[in-house]
Amino acid sequence: MSENNRILGLSARTLDALMPMHIWIGPTGHILQCGCTLQKLMPEAPFPGKLFFDEFTIVRPRRVKVLDQLLQMNGAQLKIGLKGLPNMHLKGTVVALPGGTGAFLNLSFGISVQDAVRRFDLSLTDFAASDLAVEVLYLIEANAAAMNASRDLVDRLQDAKTDAESRALTDTLTGLNNRRAMDMTFGQLLAHPPQDGFGLMLIDLDYFKSVNDTLGHAAGDLVLLEVAKVLREDVRADDKVFRVGGDEFVLVLRNCNDLDLMTRIADRIINRLEQPVHYEGKPCRISASIGITISDYYDPVEIDKMLSDADEATYASKNAGRAQHTVFKPADRPMPEPARDLH
Amino acid sequence: MHGLINKSLEVFVRETYGPEKWQMIAGQAEVPEGAFESMLTYPDAVTDRVLDIAVKVLDKERDGFLEDLGTFLVSHPSVEALRRLLRFNGSSFREFVDALDDLHGRSRLAVPDLDMPVLEVDPDGRNAYRVRCIWHRDYGLHVILGVLRAMADDYGVLAFFEIEEGAENPGITVTLLDQDFSEGREFSLGGVPT
Repeated sequence: MSENNRILGLSARTLDALMPMHIWIGPTGHILQCGCTLQKLMPEAPFPGKLFFDEFTIVRPRRVKVLDQLLQMNGAQLKIGLKGLPNMHLKGTVVALPGGTGAFLNLSFGISVQDAVRRFDLSLTDFAASDLAVEVLYLIEANAAAMNASRDLVDRLQDAKTDAESRALTDTLTGLNNRRAMDMTFGQLLAHPPQDGFGLMLIDLDYFKSVNDTLGHAAGDLVLLEVAKVLREDVRADDKVFRVGGDEFVLVLRNCNDLDLMTRIADRIINRLEQPVHYEGKPCRISASIGITISDYYDPVEIDKMLSDADEATYASKNAGRAQHTVFKPADRPMPEPARDLH
Repeated sequence: MHGLINKSLEVFVRETYGPEKWQMIAGQAEVPEGAFESMLTYPDAVTDRVLDIAVKVLDKERDGFLEDLGTFLVSHPSVEALRRLLRFNGSSFREFVDALDDLHGRSRLAVPDLDMPVLEVDPDGRNAYRVRCIWHRDYGLHVILGVLRAMADDYGVLAFFEIEEGAENPGITVTLLDQDFSEGREFSLGGVPT
């Protein structure tokens, strides 16, 4: 039995159930019949009786304009536009009908499905049972809902992270206390002043920028870790080390009004920082300029003033050639009177 | 148990009985941070505790509480997205019930690790179905009963539901009485997901 003998006759209704977006074109190029869902795109203007190429354009694989050319695309995947609906594209296939009796197309919405169901108010029954369009729509919605839930979680985690960071007291790279922790320490020192006051040392690294510039940030980070290690080791248990800027550190020495002790510590720190660390075999050379002041110079004790005086002393060290310490000299204020100790 | 299931329970209690009651229940049940995260998974014991404590604190009969939860999931505006997803399961209530065995697969399409109950449906005469619920907890069936009742309303169908107690595998018998009972709720396929 030849293939031509096996012809299946299907009524319009049956074709609608199987292919609600079909088009049957006669030999003259007129639309003989179309599926009910396809007609919903143009409810006011029934397709049957019209010329196919007056209503539709073939966009892919080639822009063809006559039936014979369309028939040559037998079996190929087509992208089809509707002249009455710009921006709406359908996909589908065309087959030639036997004996030159015309063409038959079956179409679907492809990726425009979400847009199409909204614009034409389509329902579950407008799609063939075998069409995955409804499952695609379901997935789009389900995905959106799941994404919303995930995004909520991510937003909350992000807020929690920001919150935790803003409350953090340590610098993430070196593990040293940060500026926030320093402010808290000063608050405590003012509220409960140590008997012998406290010393303040501001340490500004020398040549750190050139390590960063010539050997890279990884080398810079390595140097900072080494600096942190040196500072931790060179202070007493009660003292505190803070990293307050990229290459700026503050030492607070509790119960310390001993400038000799502080200058010895400063020299030792400079000495140790000048021992180069090696990054990928290359030495990273730095030093430090240090400014020193003590709370005994101030009555009442003003933290901001102490910090700016220490800063001034640090710059004096820089200006004098770096790699040294300077003790702030309170020129215009009297030294604390011995009588004060009598209370 | 998946966070989405736990979150459903939480939202139901908060919206129906108020945030104070939820806080009390969450506190006693030791829910981490006092609230569930939809996209995390929790030990089953946490869900069990929340349920046990909730019925005690709210002084509710357990089966009725679970059924109300099911109804809430379909009918409350705060979970409209779920109602819409359920409506994809059929263009009529009959189709919906007929395809209840697809629900598990559908939920997995959306959230692959969601441990929803597996539902089995057998036609029982012309207008009746028997629905069985296979799950690792015994409280699924009453939630499903609530969901089915609310979905019948949603489709505008009058149906009769009965729990078959005592059987080795308890199930729900669904009998369709009037398929055009009321208008039902609007469902447009292209509706904007909320």
